[in-house]
Amino acid sequence: MKNPRKKVVPVLGGKLEMTVNIAGQGKPVLYLHSAGGYYWDDFLDTLSDHYEVYVPHFPGTAPGRPNDIDKVDNLWDAVIAYEDLLDGLGLQTFRLIGHSFGGLLAAELAAQRPKAVENLVLMSPLGLWREDAPYTCADWCALGAAELQDVLFYDSNHPRVVRRMTPPSGKDAEALWTVDFIWTLGCTGKVIWPIPDKGLRKRIHRITAPTLVVWGENDRLIPPVYAEEFRRSIANAEVLMLPQCGHEPPLEQCETLLSRVRKFFDA
Amino acid sequence: MKIACFHLMPYRDLEPDFEKKYKSSWFTLPFDAVADRHKVAQYYNWTLDELEFAAKSGFDGVCTNEHHQNAYGFMVNPNMMGAVLARATRGTKTAIIQMGETAVFLNPPIRVAEEYAMLDSIAEGRLVAGFPVGLGGDFAYSYGMAPIEQRARYTEAHDLIKRAWTETEQFAFNGKFYQLPMVNIWPKPAQRPHPPIWVPGNASPSTWDFVVKNDYSYCYLTYFGAKGAEHMVNGYWEKVEQAGRDRNPYRMGFLIPVGVSDTDEKAAQEYGPAAEYFYHKGLHLPEQLLLPPGHMTHASLTHLLTKRPFPPYDELKKMKYSTFNDRDFVVCGSAKTVTERLINIVKTLRVGHLMILPQFGSLSHQKTMENIERISKSVLPHLRPIWENEGWEDHWWPEASKVEKRAAA
Repeated sequence: MKNPRKKVVPVLGGKLEMTVNIAGQGKPVLYLHSAGGYYWDDFLDTLSDHYEVYVPHFPGTAPGRPNDIDKVDNLWDAVIAYEDLLDGLGLQTFRLIGHSFGGLLAAELAAQRPKAVENLVLMSPLGLWREDAPYTCADWCALGAAELQDVLFYDSNHPRVVRRMTPPSGKDAEALWTVDFIWTLGCTGKVIWPIPDKGLRKRIHRITAPTLVVWGENDRLIPPVYAEEFRRSIANAEVLMLPQCGHEPPLEQCETLLSRVRKFFDA
Repeated sequence: MKIACFHLMPYRDLEPDFEKKYKSSWFTLPFDAVADRHKVAQYYNWTLDELEFAAKSGFDGVCTNEHHQNAYGFMVNPNMMGAVLARATRGTKTAIIQMGETAVFLNPPIRVAEEYAMLDSIAEGRLVAGFPVGLGGDFAYSYGMAPIEQRARYTEAHDLIKRAWTETEQFAFNGKFYQLPMVNIWPKPAQRPHPPIWVPGNASPSTWDFVVKNDYSYCYLTYFGAKGAEHMVNGYWEKVEQAGRDRNPYRMGFLIPVGVSDTDEKAAQEYGPAAEYFYHKGLHLPEQLLLPPGHMTHASLTHLLTKRPFPPYDELKKMKYSTFNDRDFVVCGSAKTVTERLINIVKTLRVGHLMILPQFGSLSHQKTMENIERISKSVLPHLRPIWENEGWEDHWWPEASKVEKRAAA
């Protein structure tokens, strides 16, 4: 597993600094993490064998900088911060992947800077609403650890899931791991509370990048019916529906996902 | 000292195996499956009867509070209750203590400035204005606001309300959360410049800082017992001293469930089941519902999870009445026992405003009335003189309520 280097980039006119994890060489890929926070997994590691992968921490979730979230008041601030980040990193064109909460951010960013995004991968993204498939922030914030695990995964015993969800040993280490996990939910929740339907539907038509919408067939957090909703709403989109997969495709279907994403990026 | 009667207005008739059938008595509990609407109507009226009776029997004040979407206590608008009580106690010295209408639950929060002013007018200057930060779950789940914003909204709402009460000219308020072009409330409170402000809290240091800075009175609302509270409360008194303020006991309030019976043994029979109902059913509340992510700052959350100053509520289910009573979670026993234990608590924690909860859990209307009568007759007279020889003045008590009150003989 690589050890990504960290780069700190000033955004919002210098009022905020964003921390980005960078690894690999090749064409740039920007990856926006879920409400669970930054986690360098096999998916990103393998992706960085072929691309230069950039993974920013959402403000407030970088280690040792919890109060950075005070600089971001709403989704609009967040999108502007990420736009500034693109400029700070010198990313004029890039491939973009967003997962869940990061999927919403990726869709917003692709609508805001349509020409910069060459390909877009949305993995179980938040952002749209159907009356027949409601979901709210409470669905992941009001759950205990065990309940959350049940909702997130098709198979909680999958080795990658176990590795992701096992806190470090030691009383304080475990507590601090939990603090950061809860705090990350709090920071990301700030811009999407209480329901992540913040007007993407009014902007999504601006996305021009070829888009791959990925969903786990067994996603119990965000209903898979939204895959079709995103496909219909984006001009040039296709769906990859993954069997035996919950809300976390990079953990539960890493190999299938990688091979399809690489084909999609290199087409 | 001052002793007030506090009420939560709980659902008193949950089924015996309720906590096994439902995830929580808060937020997610379906009203129609659990509640009887006729009983609910009766509870509200019993609650008012009990508080009114407490005022008549010798308590110095009556306290109402606000919570949402639960069976623990569903006084969703304390000002409605306060209005009834203000009217029912007209012509007396009883303080109407709102603990209180929660500004951050309302938009615009100027509504609290208006309602408190109206209530203080109806009460002819007997209002105590409680300024709760509000429960995290109420804010995030019942009222749909991002948990991480609660404290900043609280501070801003407080500033707006204070200005609305004290400024003599109309002004524009351009806050981060609230923007109002014309702030010019009618009425202003009967008390000048405004009613005394009490801030209830659960030992959060940031609340202490706020209270001390503004020279308000703090009310420690814990259900984890006076014995564990000493360490917490010392933290508050240290902040008071660091700020150069005096050790006036009226800077400190404390809430505790109390049950008085003929003997300690009879108290166990009379109040044991109600206490267990309160802790096992009323506080059937998973921590993630109580504390939504972002409600506590990163630093406070780190303190909570590494130091565990109070246990998760689920731990309470393993405890019985004897533990609750032994550890001063509740104070139940004969009048003599209760008096001695309360005096000890009040002196140890340096409490000037004691808030007694005579109804808790499933305790029936009749038992509650008997309890109020016993407390008034046999306990209050012994508590009232506690701080007299130190000569402190209660700066946080409404002017119109400031005459010594004697318990009914």
